[in-house]
Amino acid sequence: MKPRHKRLVLILLVLFLVGAGSAFVLTAFKSNLVFFYTPTEAIAGKAPKDSSFRIGGMVLEGSLQRAEDGVTVQFEITDTIENVPVQFKGILPDLFQEGKGVVAQGKMTDSGVFVADQVLAKHDENYMPPEAAEALERARKIKESE
Amino acid sequence: MTPEIGHFAIILAFCVSVLQSLFGLVGYARGYAKWMSSVRRTSYLIFFLTSVGFACLAISFLTNDFSVLNVASNSNSQLPWPYRLAATWGSHEGSLLLWVLMLTGWMAAVARFSRGIPTEMISLILGVMATVAIGFYLFMLLTSNPFDRLLPPAADGRDLNPLLQDPGMVIHPPMLYMGYVGFSVVFAFAIAALISGRLDTTWARWSRPWTTVAWAFLTIGIALGSWWAYYELGWGGWWFWDPVENASFMPWLCGTALMHSLLVTEKRGSFKIWTVLLAIITFSLSLLGTFLVRSGVLTSVHAFATDPERGVFILGFLVVVIGTSLLLFAWRAPKVGLGGKFQTISRESALLANNVLLVVAAASVLLGTLYPLFLDALGFGKISVGPPYFDAVFFPIMAPAMFLMGVGPLARWKDSPVPDLMQKLKWSFIVAVVSALILPFVMGDWNVLVSIGLLLALWIALASIVNLSTRLKQIRSGRTVTLIRALSSIPRSYYGMLLAHIGVAVFIVGVTLVNGYEVEKDVKMSIGDTVSMGSYTIQLDSLEDLTGPNYDGVEGTLSVYKGERLVEVMYPQKRMYTVQQMPMTEAAIDTGFTRDLYISLGEPLNDGSWVVRVYLKPFVDWIWGGCFLMALGGIFAVSDRRYRKAGSSSAAATSAP
Repeated sequence: MKPRHKRLVLILLVLFLVGAGSAFVLTAFKSNLVFFYTPTEAIAGKAPKDSSFRIGGMVLEGSLQRAEDGVTVQFEITDTIENVPVQFKGILPDLFQEGKGVVAQGKMTDSGVFVADQVLAKHDENYMPPEAAEALERARKIKESE
Repeated sequence: MTPEIGHFAIILAFCVSVLQSLFGLVGYARGYAKWMSSVRRTSYLIFFLTSVGFACLAISFLTNDFSVLNVASNSNSQLPWPYRLAATWGSHEGSLLLWVLMLTGWMAAVARFSRGIPTEMISLILGVMATVAIGFYLFMLLTSNPFDRLLPPAADGRDLNPLLQDPGMVIHPPMLYMGYVGFSVVFAFAIAALISGRLDTTWARWSRPWTTVAWAFLTIGIALGSWWAYYELGWGGWWFWDPVENASFMPWLCGTALMHSLLVTEKRGSFKIWTVLLAIITFSLSLLGTFLVRSGVLTSVHAFATDPERGVFILGFLVVVIGTSLLLFAWRAPKVGLGGKFQTISRESALLANNVLLVVAAASVLLGTLYPLFLDALGFGKISVGPPYFDAVFFPIMAPAMFLMGVGPLARWKDSPVPDLMQKLKWSFIVAVVSALILPFVMGDWNVLVSIGLLLALWIALASIVNLSTRLKQIRSGRTVTLIRALSSIPRSYYGMLLAHIGVAVFIVGVTLVNGYEVEKDVKMSIGDTVSMGSYTIQLDSLEDLTGPNYDGVEGTLSVYKGERLVEVMYPQKRMYTVQQMPMTEAAIDTGFTRDLYISLGEPLNDGSWVVRVYLKPFVDWIWGGCFLMALGGIFAVSDRRYRKAGSSSAAATSAP
């Protein structure tokens, strides 16, 4: 093959690889984006039905319950307007507390219970996860506009 | 007085940095010999002053001076003294001071160990480094002063975040910063090359050891962070694709590419423009990492600076430094010139592919890390990009790169005939494939991902052995040389490469087997209950109250049996740090060569039982063992005798890779 043809093949190969690579990365990216919703939005049905999303707010005081096996827990997330029941099987993070900020990632079931596969709590005394703070902020704005 | 002395020392250091920047850069432009030759001495002075500042802060911590705001916010009289010392860099302000200490340390080292480099180049290099230092001093003095007083002084401090009260925390940041900041050296070399238009194999020879040392430190820093997260955070994970982890990983990926690119520039004079660009990119990613950590935009375990004003400052600094360097690059790169040609299959092309793959991997990590931030900043809502994305993208990109690790070192420069390569590697490939297909059955069940991982690891290891034996054969062909003689005639840089590549293979084994075969169980346990884990049975013997220097809590005693035999007794703890009222999980880990047993206490339940998490993690320590080998390989390479012969260019020219 002439050097010119060789170079052409090489360039086409590189372009193809770059194209395939980008398509692959972007597809993986899109299918792994996890969106965030407040409890109000989740109850209103704005959150996706079949894919994972995050929900944040505060743990409703007095809502924490444990099942018999000790590992499954139920609690409610609130943004002071709506409450969403959450179910989680696993060990809650150390800083998880009723009345404090929390973010959960998982899916909403048809019965309106959010089944979480991940629960994140705040990181220290003065720091609330931005998403939880966001949920409370949006709720406050809604209340003010009423 | 001590904090004031420290503060004053930092202000002085800032002023001298301005002078050095002026002397270095303007001195070069105007050809003022006296200015150019003074930059070495000013570097030592700046480092000395910064050390004084750092020492003053450390002393304030060690002597419990609660009239200093930083000490009052991050320390406590009950805190054991090693952690009081570590608290010096445990806060935002303190860690900035550490950053700048490292920067000036590297600067002084360059001033000291660069006798072979002409004065004009040194003047530029140290001038650039001083300019970077100016930015950080300004940032510290204007927005993040560690020496601010708290009057009236607090009676006692708020204590160090319990997560940070750990030996790993003491060394992880310094190691990480040595790496991060170390890339400023090759960055300064690159800028100097662009400004002067001088970029040749000698330039690469000077830059390479600095880059390799920085890379080795960064490797250790990241490995320590990962290991620390594993044993300290209590849930057995060792990498979360957390934005701050990514912030240190991206410079590592590009730094690895840079190391290999410098190798080509030094040996063959090729890839010059690419190397310079990569040096700028790597350091820019270090600075970007600093921005990500310091500006409070992230939700992660690390984000401890929540002041947006600081974020704006760093962002501005970032734009100035990166923007200027890229502009300079665009303007001056053509002057640097091209290098030698090479064929489609050659060592150069293998290294080029290595570089491209590493940079693409870094770019995909960058996308996943920054995209949520962009969307949030533009008001399009909060999203998160989790581990599934990174896993799905990173491994397929790195797999070809790992495959090439077997081929590259055996390929010849310029033109490497394929039949020759295949002939050398035939048996390695066959053995690797067969073993990779069989081994998973030994471990448990067969899994295609485990097979692929093992294939890559074995391939790299076997190809390295073939490489060594081929080389030995070459040395001993035609004359009688003892094996010992032959082995010791090979330069250390070669062993460095072998060691580092084998380190990668070990790392891959660790990751593959842990991901493929780890077992995790969360169970409710009362005293006397048992849980089974693989071939182990674990019994909860007792739960006792415990008291520590600045915490109290509960300690569990668990016995681990293999069949009838008692293997180990483990003592996980749940602590409550009294000052910050923060609970902490201290996992009990039984470390083994082929597996870790990991037990942590979850939560107490109303009936006196506890939720306990038990993990069996096969080969997990190979992950950090591999990283350690990689770093060791880097240190070996740098200790090669051609670098120890100060300034003699003939010694460098005759050594083989």
